[in-house]
Amino acid sequence: MSEPVLEVRDLVVEFASEDGPLRAVDGVSFAVGRGEIVGLVGESGAGKTLTAEAILGLVRRPPGRVGGEVRFRGTNLLDLEEPALARIRGKEIAMIFQNPGASLNPVFRVGDQLVEAMALHLGDGRRVLRRRATDILGRVGIPSAAARVRDYPHQFSGGMAQRVMIGMGVACTPALLIADEPTTALDVTIQAQVLSLIRRLARELGMAVLLVSHDLGIISQMCHRVIVMYAGRIVEEAPIETVFRAPAHPYTRALIACLPGLDEHGSRLGAIPGVMPGLASLPRGCRFHPRCGVAEARCALEEPVLRPAGPDQIAACHLVKS
Amino acid sequence: MALLEVEDLAKHFPLRGDGLARVVTGRRRVVRAVDGVSFTIDPGETLGLVGESGCGKTTTGRLVLRAIEPTRGRIVFEGEDITTRPAGGLLSFRRKAQIVFQDPYTSLNPRMTVGRAIAEPLRVHGLATDRDAPDRVRALLDMVGLQPEHAARYPHELSGGQRQRVGIARALAVGPRLIVGDEAVSALDVSVRAQILNLFVELRERLGLAYLFVSHDLGVIRFVSHRVAVMYLGTLVEVAPTRTLFARPLHPYTQALLAAIPTIGDGRASIFDEARLIEGELPSSIDLPRGCRFAGRCPYRFARCDEIEPPLREAASGHVVACHLYEGGAS
Repeated sequence: MSEPVLEVRDLVVEFASEDGPLRAVDGVSFAVGRGEIVGLVGESGAGKTLTAEAILGLVRRPPGRVGGEVRFRGTNLLDLEEPALARIRGKEIAMIFQNPGASLNPVFRVGDQLVEAMALHLGDGRRVLRRRATDILGRVGIPSAAARVRDYPHQFSGGMAQRVMIGMGVACTPALLIADEPTTALDVTIQAQVLSLIRRLARELGMAVLLVSHDLGIISQMCHRVIVMYAGRIVEEAPIETVFRAPAHPYTRALIACLPGLDEHGSRLGAIPGVMPGLASLPRGCRFHPRCGVAEARCALEEPVLRPAGPDQIAACHLVKS
Repeated sequence: MALLEVEDLAKHFPLRGDGLARVVTGRRRVVRAVDGVSFTIDPGETLGLVGESGCGKTTTGRLVLRAIEPTRGRIVFEGEDITTRPAGGLLSFRRKAQIVFQDPYTSLNPRMTVGRAIAEPLRVHGLATDRDAPDRVRALLDMVGLQPEHAARYPHELSGGQRQRVGIARALAVGPRLIVGDEAVSALDVSVRAQILNLFVELRERLGLAYLFVSHDLGVIRFVSHRVAVMYLGTLVEVAPTRTLFARPLHPYTQALLAAIPTIGDGRASIFDEARLIEGELPSSIDLPRGCRFAGRCPYRFARCDEIEPPLREAASGHVVACHLYEGGAS
């Protein structure tokens, strides 16, 4: 692979607490190449959203502490201060979040907000940007875009508002898009439209995409590679075909077995007993071992490290044979 | 005999802030949230009610329980018409038909221990005295997979999955025959959702419960339901046995809905297949189109679709669909 667009090395996000620092993200490393869509999957509390926020410099410090490296086109973003970071964020790195309604300012027309966002990063005059705003709305599939630039956010449905956010995100042709649960608030037929749009734009613009989702179905349909997180750590990373055919980590396997879609009606789902541990009460050894169906004695003693599990596949499990 | 029989059920909400239009047109505009829905549920049967937000599925669940009053239609439970029965005469019905909500955190009193929350319906219905309530609570906790010591906890001390178990225990306390599950597993994480779905299936088998399972999640609906009803803009567009519906969906909306589920792929079914992706969004349920409500987004639309609203018709045994394409049966 050529130089990756994003390279995260040993990322740590900690928060101070009465019982000492809590590590919500603990030594996460991965890379995303040009034109590649990488999925970050896990249940709530796994640390996937915090990972995305740390990459974007959105973790408030203090109380948070962020360590490691976030290399974007060679520069370590963690070394940059806010004005420099803001120039990159929104221009070279775009982001979209779960709730598009909350990301738009309700008192300004959508077109003006688009123009404003572009004016921050592009030198063009207002008239040019205004025309461009209409183009963008058309390109993300908003009907009668020329009229809709004059509408306010509340006049857009959830799906349409998310299209506006995507349009705003890609307006400056970013090299990297970070999408955190971008369709979780949308209906399934609208979700398909929005995901299809993200995929098309990624292809057209050669954008690298980091897609954060709890939905393995979405990950399966969208991504080239997937990273599975559990309790702040990466437990598995693999190409998309491999992870569903031959998942290496017991957590990945269990997560797939939990999905109702695959089971015949009336049988039992492969539920994982218990819940993900809180950061203050992480078990010794492997973080998954208390819920793991195949755990052995050493799993309660030693924390496994990521090791090769197959071609391009790594997993953090003592039972993986490489 | 069917446990629950619903006939032409409708709920129209008056449109708020519509005074001016009313003066001008002389007509009172309404939101047709539910607009003529009919179905039955047998004892021990699970009917899945699926549809996108705003289609009226939650309102239907509330109507069935008489939590809100229908605009028209009939609700028959255990052979008795309860549609217009005054609230005072509904006590035995309320015991037999219960609800489990999406977010147990908002439906549980934060200042009430789990034990008291579960004992409350027992007292309201006079099913337990203060003396034997603790035993009943313990039995109910055990039934939903919680420990006796959970009785002393408060809702905030429990995980989302545990809270939903409490919500289920509360519903079970009064010995219902029907439970309406309103997005009952939608707020839960994947691994916990599987635990609670398994619990629903287990309880159904053990207690012979019937469920009306309302969800937007087709995977959940497929797993838990015997039959599935698909709702679009206030009406049912298709009802069929689960296996049939997923193997051979007839209504173009059902087909589009199934095509849009992102399944774990072997590359066969892609949600990006342009031919299967539908355009547009749900129209508003205030100004409904004259003919078929789905016509505006339908790839097979023809002249009649804009003129006549298709009724639900039997296309195959036990399989009904509201679409002009199947007038001569499904072939």
